[in-house]
Amino acid sequence: MEKLMSDIATQLFEGQDIRFGPIDYDKDPEIEAKWTHDAGFMRLYDVEPARPMSAAMVKKQYEKLEKRIEEEKNLHHFMIRAKADDRLIGKALIARIEWANGNCTFRIGIGSAEDRRKGYGAQALKMLLRFAFAELNMFRVYADAQEYNEGALALLRKFGFVEEIRRRQALERDGRRWDLITCGLLKDEWLNQASGQSDAS
Amino acid sequence: MKDLFRGQLVRLTMEEPEFLAKHQARWQRDSEFHRLASSRPAEMFSAKKIQQRGDELVENDFKPERYPFSIRALDGDRPIGFLNLWLNLIHSEVWLGIGIGERAFWGKGYGTDALKLGLQYAFMELGAQRVSLGVSEYNPRALRAYEKVGFRLEGRTRRDALREGKRYDSLWMGILREEWIQTSEV
Repeated sequence: MEKLMSDIATQLFEGQDIRFGPIDYDKDPEIEAKWTHDAGFMRLYDVEPARPMSAAMVKKQYEKLEKRIEEEKNLHHFMIRAKADDRLIGKALIARIEWANGNCTFRIGIGSAEDRRKGYGAQALKMLLRFAFAELNMFRVYADAQEYNEGALALLRKFGFVEEIRRRQALERDGRRWDLITCGLLKDEWLNQASGQSDAS
Repeated sequence: MKDLFRGQLVRLTMEEPEFLAKHQARWQRDSEFHRLASSRPAEMFSAKKIQQRGDELVENDFKPERYPFSIRALDGDRPIGFLNLWLNLIHSEVWLGIGIGERAFWGKGYGTDALKLGLQYAFMELGAQRVSLGVSEYNPRALRAYEKVGFRLEGRTRRDALREGKRYDSLWMGILREEWIQTSEV
């Protein structure tokens, strides 16, 4: 089992094939704008209505997000890049941090179809959990997934998340109602399953 | 048609900001009230600041997502608490938050009566498909009231609140439109 919390020299933002990095305002908006034209991706990533965006709109969102991070102090945002060629492959967000209670939620998206099913999401989740538990000192971390988002639910289960809430018929899509599922992971559970996480990447 | 804003014990109102701010400033000094209503740290604001928020509501809160109400007891017609509804327009879901600030009105059915009005408003006026809420496991009185008006337990987030050094679960409840229609005399 690799060292988890004992070494402050550990690089939090370096994974096996990916790394977390800041927004690149010159290059990223155009790439992320393309992702938003993929309705299938957007419906997995969000419960807000999918809508195609221009690069200018994405840029504006980045600005708003960085302003919120600075002012509200309850968010963290990372761009996910491939180590091999530094290209943008996704994004990771930690949100709704409650400092007094030690909990937060998160979201990960791998933007283009050719980068999916390669384990990048699992690597990003492993890094994000380490950041949440070992850097932000969270006690619990949770994530929402739509009942139809089988990939996300399988990944969460693999990392030991427990299904905690099933909000019946909370979403309307394609003319029918879907459940929204919340999964939670406690720090103890994360520590105990750390060896399993190493296998996941 | 029935009176949407009038129940057996309470009515739903919107108070003038200055009047409401005075009551809220008093209620927020009761930390138990705050802890029962929320798992977040208790906050304290001046009546001036609270009123400012009320004024902002007047300025820009005719938004179709937010429906804040005050609760008045019919007996004496005095404000005793609040009921807030948030409508998610896309998915027709309403989130409900309620608090009875006047301790003399705890445990006597006033909250339950206000909840019935809240559900009626959500389903009959806002067109909700479901109504959702969260409650801490250390607030069994609220839990009983929610069960009484038809909310069902849909899950618990384990140990997510830290109070006085002890961890508590939050409970999450929901009621669907058809469940509400079956149990209420529409």
